[in-house]
Amino acid sequence: MATNPEILSQIFDILKPFTKEGQRLREETKLVAELGLDSLQVMQVLLKIEDHFDISIPLNNLPTIQTVQELVHEIETLVKV
Amino acid sequence: MSLFEKFHRIQEIRQELLKTGVNPFHVTVEKVISPTEAMINGQPTILVGTNNYLGLTFHPDCIKAGQKALAQEGTGTTGSRMANGSFLSHFELEKAIADFYELPHAIVFSTGYQANLGILSALAGAGDVILLDGDSHASIYDGCRLGGAEIIRFKHNDVIDLEKRLRRLGEQSLKTLIVVEGIYSMLGDRAPLAEIVAVKKQFGATLVVDEAHSLGVLGPNGRGLVEEVGVEKEVDCIVGTFSKSLGSTGGFAVSHHPEFELIRYTSRPYIFTASSCPSVVATTKAALHIIQTHPQLREKLWDNANQLYEGLQKAGYLLGAEVGPIIAAMIPTKEIALSMWQGLLEQGIYVNLMIPPATPNGECLLRCSVSAAHTPKQIDRVIQGFSALHSSLGKHPESLESQTMQPLH
Repeated sequence: MATNPEILSQIFDILKPFTKEGQRLREETKLVAELGLDSLQVMQVLLKIEDHFDISIPLNNLPTIQTVQELVHEIETLVKV
Repeated sequence: MSLFEKFHRIQEIRQELLKTGVNPFHVTVEKVISPTEAMINGQPTILVGTNNYLGLTFHPDCIKAGQKALAQEGTGTTGSRMANGSFLSHFELEKAIADFYELPHAIVFSTGYQANLGILSALAGAGDVILLDGDSHASIYDGCRLGGAEIIRFKHNDVIDLEKRLRRLGEQSLKTLIVVEGIYSMLGDRAPLAEIVAVKKQFGATLVVDEAHSLGVLGPNGRGLVEEVGVEKEVDCIVGTFSKSLGSTGGFAVSHHPEFELIRYTSRPYIFTASSCPSVVATTKAALHIIQTHPQLREKLWDNANQLYEGLQKAGYLLGAEVGPIIAAMIPTKEIALSMWQGLLEQGIYVNLMIPPATPNGECLLRCSVSAAHTPKQIDRVIQGFSALHSSLGKHPESLESQTMQPLH
């Protein structure tokens, strides 16, 4: 499944403040493992994304969202609904 | 890597914690003296972290009722109500709870945890949605998962966020269960229930309120926040526990919905577990009677809560919420919180140490729960204990890695 470039670019913008200095965001970047987000930061990121796209990401789906790419696919599905 | 190797990390954290000479998540209460006092580490200790809000654990009426039931009905029921049958006392307790709430239906569960599991999983299943407050208790999260509904979290006590998420659901909001708590267990803050009820009605959703920490504490008759706010007719289901103000073990749910009784046939945590033992049922029923006939206990509880709240505020502590039976002092770091918790215990004062991830917003808390059974003198001693440690708020012991501490059970 191809990654929606528009959503991807918006996600990069939202995630940028959470990156470490010099860190480059890629589709394969792992949200927790690579960005080092703690549970509180994950909550903050999710809230920003949910408000930005006017969606609610169910908690049930979170375990399957590990990379930026997986996050974009989830948003794409929810925006379509 | 074997299944057990994942526990090695916990073992490392535990060892690190033990180096400080104390494990706050493994305290031994050597002897219980009264609802507010016990022997811990060989010294008499004031208990300010037991949720024993009305101090009924040693009430003579409860003990007498429990002893009588134990002698007459035995030590246990040895099975589930569906398989073994209900004891008459189970139905009598349900009738007493329904009468207390002036609602037609009540179901008793073996624990408060199971009450949430049993009700939430039965009400919202696959194809339904649950909107739960982000600061909800673990039993609410687990109950939501058990039913297989889609689970969405809204910002703690944020009615605008709740409304926004209901709007996003469109017609699905009609099949949505909103779950909130009367008083939240960590900081002691209350749900903005009148506003939540208004939003729930606007979107045609269903509302469950968990009154675990507010039963016997709020409302003119002790029926909790729902009664205090005056929305008893609008709330679809109230869940509660016997293990706090009623000083026993077990849980319950009440509702005005005629279909409510059918939950008994669909709720796995109700069906597949042993029913409450007769002595527990008896002490609970006696305690419920005391709540109804002794409003002065609530007055005493609030006097004590006011005394502790004012005292801690004067001592310079930042507190988590408005005055109430849960008073949580916010502590800047885990290391300071642990050291202060230990300092209080050394002075014969037991409070709850609460640290992330069990706490909201990553807060570190020294959480007190006040009881009607505390004497003003005991509350004074607690305030003095906190005051003596106030200077520690600025110190940072180097003994512990802040990253590694998590609740161990």
